[in-house]
Amino acid sequence: MTAPAASRRAVVRARRRAALRKYTRSYAENRAGLFGLAALALAVLVALAAPLFIPAEALSVTGAPGERFEPPDAEFPLGTDTYGRSVLDLVVWGARISLTVGFLAAAVSVALGTVIGVIAGHFGGLASNVLMRITDWFLVLPTLVMAIALAAVMERSTLTIIIAIGVTSWPSTARIVRAQTLSVEARPYIERARALGGGHLHVMLRHVLPNVMPVVIAQTTLLVAEAIVMESTLSFLGLGSPGAISWGGILQDARNSGAISSGMWWYMVPPGLAIALVALSFTLCGRALEGVFNPRLRERR
Amino acid sequence: MTVRLQNEGAEAAGETAAPPVLAAAGLRVAFPGRGGRGTARAVDGVDLEVGAGEIVALVGESGCGKSTLARALLGLVRPTEGRVLFSGEPLDYRSRALKRYRHRVQLVQQDPSGSLNPRHTVYEAVAEGLRIHEGATAEEERRVADALSRAGLRPPERFFTRYPHELSGGQRQRVVIAGALILDPEVIVADEPVASLDASVRGEILRLILDLRAELGLSALVVTHDLGLAWNIADRVAVMYLGRVVEVGTVEEVLSEPRHPYTRALLSVLPESDAGEPVVLAGEPPDPTRIPSGCRFHARCPVLASGEAEREGIADRCRTEDPGILPASGGDRAACHHARLHG
Repeated sequence: MTAPAASRRAVVRARRRAALRKYTRSYAENRAGLFGLAALALAVLVALAAPLFIPAEALSVTGAPGERFEPPDAEFPLGTDTYGRSVLDLVVWGARISLTVGFLAAAVSVALGTVIGVIAGHFGGLASNVLMRITDWFLVLPTLVMAIALAAVMERSTLTIIIAIGVTSWPSTARIVRAQTLSVEARPYIERARALGGGHLHVMLRHVLPNVMPVVIAQTTLLVAEAIVMESTLSFLGLGSPGAISWGGILQDARNSGAISSGMWWYMVPPGLAIALVALSFTLCGRALEGVFNPRLRERR
Repeated sequence: MTVRLQNEGAEAAGETAAPPVLAAAGLRVAFPGRGGRGTARAVDGVDLEVGAGEIVALVGESGCGKSTLARALLGLVRPTEGRVLFSGEPLDYRSRALKRYRHRVQLVQQDPSGSLNPRHTVYEAVAEGLRIHEGATAEEERRVADALSRAGLRPPERFFTRYPHELSGGQRQRVVIAGALILDPEVIVADEPVASLDASVRGEILRLILDLRAELGLSALVVTHDLGLAWNIADRVAVMYLGRVVEVGTVEEVLSEPRHPYTRALLSVLPESDAGEPVVLAGEPPDPTRIPSGCRFHARCPVLASGEAEREGIADRCRTEDPGILPASGGDRAACHHARLHG
């Protein structure tokens, strides 16, 4: 008579799939979100496939294939840089660093923000006060200055950039997660879980976290855009990893070689556009996700 | 000390010699005031006992502290004074002891829609307590099925993969009850278990509680604002007013021969009441931040207002002398100077 556990799990899985389909449909109603997703998919694909069509020597400073500062032509669709490398190759390669840093920095930031937000919201009282004052302190700190300071004291590497962005951008996540935690904690099922004997960990992991997850996912997507812009800024200011090719780094090289005053637009515009497009795509996706998880936002639109 | 005295009282009254399963002794819960208001004394000195296999109804109007008392009995709020006693032992608030306690005493909340996590299936909701206390066990599925069918959801397998939003209010409350039953509790504290349900479902849930008592020997404290419900389900009734129990006794005593003017007023407004003219209470609704001196009911008391207390010469005592905490068993039935005169 008893249904086998396996079949029960299958039913639950089928229901989860149906819920996912519902979310997908409501996401697809947002055309800007679809555009963002398509642009992102393209950027990620290109970044992943870059080593297949860009040989290592094309990016080497010494063995560059072209002359310095060649304007766009058939061989170099976006011209060449100060060493004679193809700007198109550089921009494509730069996507690898920019996306990696964007994703990892957002992950660090969201993980920190979620842990601090859930703990502050769950425990309340003194713990919440202390954590939220620390959050406020980080919130009013000029993020860029803080990141520059961190990147300057630590070893110059991509990891440093990731850490610098991660530890400066978590406060907004912490605030949002704490607010969401407070609203979940007020529900009667939290009291039921406590009356059943559930401890703090049980309540936080089984009840609070799954209910704040949608907010966290949308927040992550928005933060990736922020992290990519921040990474470009730091690289542009010369705080990036010296060996790595990133969009900000290309812009810095362009400025250093006088591309702005001599009107070499092909050197500056492509990396700038790439930053703007990828950041925009993440923002569009993030907004669309917010709409999916919070139907009230959708109605207002 | 208090415990022993109460037990002697119970023996004297010819009741069971065993200590009550769940008891409150001089329990007080106060919440710090907010926005310039004073401290809210939600529970202000309560002695209450629930014996083995007994169903006690705790009756009172909204805001009288009955829900706070229920939550204090489960250790969800720490009393500022007094003790909660389980089988005669004071409740230990250290987290491991509290967890063990919550294995044996269960809460059923007022709003079954809110007390189930919308992201958990019925199976997960019922198994939650089991997983908290015993981890993943091999017989988990059988016990979940068993609890569901004891709570009247049959065949249980049909409900395993449902989500709360797919169930009716009555079914949800049965899921909550099943989640409590799976731990084989000795006492259930039900806070307005049927208040948010349709009239047609109320009877079924009450029937379920009575059946569970008959089958499993459960004790229950049922918090309600509905005297009719108390009449149908309870062995004993405690009437609460502004943080205190003002009258306690068997259902027959309290509901057919009420002693306290407050109980009489409550009964007189029931549609099926034969107590004659409905008594409408004058004065402002009770505020736990400003509990009147003397008898806490005196400002609204019809006996005092009609001048009857004056004639009996107790009006001053009503205004200035606190009738005291009503003992849980034995002794007075009503905390009222007037009733004591006629006792």
